[in-house]
Amino acid sequence: MKQFTYTKTSEINSAVQEGSANKTAQQGAEIRFIAGGTTMLDLMKLMVETPNKLIDINHLPLDKIETTSGGGVKVGAMVRNSDLAHHPYIKSHYQVLSEALLSGASPQLRNMATTGGNLLQRTRCVYFRDTEFACNKREPGSGCAAIDGDNRMMAVLGTSDKCIASNPSDMNVALMALEATIHITGKDGDREIPISQFYTLPGNSPDVENVLKPGDLITHVSIQPMPPGSNSTYLKLRDRASYEFALASAAVITQVKDGKIAHARVALGAVGTIPWRSPEAESVLVGTAPTAENFRKAADAALKDAKPQTHNKFKIELSKRCLTHALKLVTTA
Amino acid sequence: MVQEAAVGADGKPRIAGAMPVTLKINKKQYSIEVDPRTSLLDCIRENLAITGTKKGCDHGQCGACTVIVNGRRINSCLSLALMHDGDEVTTVEGLGDPDHMHPLQDAFVECDAYQCGYCTSGQLMSAAALLTEQCGHSDDDVREAMSGNICRCGAYANIVSAIQQVRSKS
Repeated sequence: MKQFTYTKTSEINSAVQEGSANKTAQQGAEIRFIAGGTTMLDLMKLMVETPNKLIDINHLPLDKIETTSGGGVKVGAMVRNSDLAHHPYIKSHYQVLSEALLSGASPQLRNMATTGGNLLQRTRCVYFRDTEFACNKREPGSGCAAIDGDNRMMAVLGTSDKCIASNPSDMNVALMALEATIHITGKDGDREIPISQFYTLPGNSPDVENVLKPGDLITHVSIQPMPPGSNSTYLKLRDRASYEFALASAAVITQVKDGKIAHARVALGAVGTIPWRSPEAESVLVGTAPTAENFRKAADAALKDAKPQTHNKFKIELSKRCLTHALKLVTTA
Repeated sequence: MVQEAAVGADGKPRIAGAMPVTLKINKKQYSIEVDPRTSLLDCIRENLAITGTKKGCDHGQCGACTVIVNGRRINSCLSLALMHDGDEVTTVEGLGDPDHMHPLQDAFVECDAYQCGYCTSGQLMSAAALLTEQCGHSDDDVREAMSGNICRCGAYANIVSAIQQVRSKS
């Protein structure tokens, strides 16, 4: 691990001020906030992340889960994954989020990982994680070893000729379906960004993964209530039953009225370069009866632009079946 | 460039850039200076020579380094020692000793819940935390709750038996 200086702060303003000296808040950042550390220290040991300064933000006063007057919820950036997953209000009102969190990592890691950190979870692409290989995300302009390499786990949606790394998140897939809002404070004040606008596609700059700028600190995530009478679920398919990243996952929210789907939110995991919301699937579903045939049409629509690599064509059909089954589970609940 | 003193005021060798941290491990307080890069795991094992906690993968993938910090189990390899200033850490040495074994340690012996033993301290710390967590009653619930602890010998069935034996008695 490269040497760094370590500071800690319990004040949001001083964290922002210290972070503002950064040239970038993306790959290559010289100053990094550290919270749970589960991604940051992992990547620092691999020399993928080489900050010269770490700011420990574990003591910022952002560790609360608060219900809002409209029935929504505001989650502090320092709330640990385990606390969020087991919170009674989350379990009863946002089942999809609780299930997504509990499907990720292990109990130990969930006790460490934070809501803010998890929003910034990095890809598990083996070529990104190994500095011996070319990777445009880690080292812009060096090439992509995954495209001609072992690409079974890589993305089929949102890829470019520069990067095909899949986004491995579970929590963020649920937050996409829930249309969460990310609250950020920075050197120019506070701002709110819908999660649909938070992540950036790799395009020609896969080293840039989101809209964060130097000094930006995620303070909260807020979620509106789901429509009355709606059900939600998160279905994750993987190589082993637990403690494994997804091959395909689906977060779905549906509201069925008079035998027809009145409201649908669909997001897919493990197939996109970012957590993948599918308005295409949603528009197919709304107004139709919750039947296997309609679910399949929605799944076909969600994956219509999928572009397979040498080893991951199976993910397209797997993702479709995952979504179809998730829709069946949620509409027969 | 100014070089920091190679020897500290106490006469002991000093690491450049080292920072002070106080940890309470198994109810005993330790105040030391560590290189900021020192993980909680390395601090416990190397700096303090409390070696019951094991280093497996060093990347949060195996669970051998599991310890309990302020009542919660964590992977000590993915946390910096400096992030735990003032925290209470329990390692396998704090769970029990040969004359006063924790019920889980007794059950692991009785159920033959280990072979090489390398993962055992992590398994025990995870299991000790599991006893205080929300976890269903079935063997599958225990398997899920213990999935962050890998056993290359494959003693899983006996580990689950040992944990269930303790849970059924409590």
